[in-house]
Amino acid sequence: MALRAYRLLVLVAPLAAALPRAADAQERSYFVTYNHQMEQPGNLEVAINPVAATRRGGAGFAASWMELEYGVKAWWTTELYFDGQTTRGDSTISTGWRWESRFRPLMLEHRINPVIYVEYADITAADKTMLEVVGHDVESDHAQRNGLARRLRQREIETKLILSSRLQAWDVSENFIAEKNLAGPPWEFGYAVGASRPLGLAARPDPCTLCPENFVAGVEIYGGLGDGRGFGLRETSHYLAPLLSWGLPGGTTLRLSPTFGLNRNSHRFLLRFGASYEISDLRRQVRRLWGAGGR
Amino acid sequence: MRRRLAHLPPALALCALAAMAEMTALVHVAYPRPARGETGAATTPASASGLLKAPPSAHERSNPYEGMPEAVTAGRKLFLRHCAECHGDDGKGSPRGPSFDLDRLRQAPPGDLFWFVSNGDLKAGMPSWSRLPDAQRWQLVAYLKTLAEQVGGAPP
Repeated sequence: MALRAYRLLVLVAPLAAALPRAADAQERSYFVTYNHQMEQPGNLEVAINPVAATRRGGAGFAASWMELEYGVKAWWTTELYFDGQTTRGDSTISTGWRWESRFRPLMLEHRINPVIYVEYADITAADKTMLEVVGHDVESDHAQRNGLARRLRQREIETKLILSSRLQAWDVSENFIAEKNLAGPPWEFGYAVGASRPLGLAARPDPCTLCPENFVAGVEIYGGLGDGRGFGLRETSHYLAPLLSWGLPGGTTLRLSPTFGLNRNSHRFLLRFGASYEISDLRRQVRRLWGAGGR
Repeated sequence: MRRRLAHLPPALALCALAAMAEMTALVHVAYPRPARGETGAATTPASASGLLKAPPSAHERSNPYEGMPEAVTAGRKLFLRHCAECHGDDGKGSPRGPSFDLDRLRQAPPGDLFWFVSNGDLKAGMPSWSRLPDAQRWQLVAYLKTLAEQVGGAPP
């Protein structure tokens, strides 16, 4: 299935590159935490998010997920992820796919804006993207060789309650995560909290690429909260990640986040990088590409 | 199985409690909403479908960038970057988004426009632009008012 997914990507990537009009980038500045920012209806965002990690007493690795985020409605965003990883001295493999939807139940801005997140994931135990940290996820989970780990298939349902606020210029978001492996293990829990702020509040009148208004700086903290057998912080891992996001006027967003493990169960250091590109009005662009008009 | 489930309720209860505490704060809205029975339409001529929902308290907010040409220029830049893909470069609309009712736009209090840009009209497909800092939303409003004056002419 994962291989089929990658074939799909091979088809989608040139299509995305051929599309003529970019839109302003919508990508949130966080890597793990979600806020109540939704994708603009009809737009598609294509993003790639590599993460490089060191491992105590073991080989480092680089994992990556590609995401296709589509705005179905102004209150409903859906997203498809394809995961893969390469481990030093081992192999490079695809590790599965995820499909999620986010819904905004309240139609107006409030001090706290809730979003409901639902995801289905079909991944293997070799997945190292750490898109979220839940349960008793620890560094040693990544010690298994790819050949073995990829045989352990995990079909999971994940739900998140996203609470997000705008406090003056700050975005403050909290995510409560509950994840269930459909094969039987208990529910696993996790959290992610983020705060970010644009470096420039008012826009400059002249077109600019490096001006402060195009940068967002922030920090996120995330980790596991145990599972249904033992809720709490025991045998869990936690991370602190400063981040910087740069929105280029052409529709591209670049993000960088050096991430530090906060306890001995965590990886010591991760480096996350993200590049995303926003395509305006996908349906019209596809119709145009196929020569069906759409003017 | 039963033993496993026995640990689940406390965990879920904790999550639910945290969530409920946060949700309780929803009563303190950041952007004022109309009180029951209030539409805002009776007190303002700005009765375009989205603006209709702006509460009376929004009417009173004035634009801190009013009369600043630089803010209008910055607002135009923001408009082209965020709004033009749906509403067209000149606000005359596109297959994705409606044209502006310039007459209503001209008469709408700046506070109503700010409220509408901040909240959007999610059901109608207009996204919320609360992710832009307040200053940039006010700059957008400054440009929208100028656009209405330029294209629609001065009010009688």
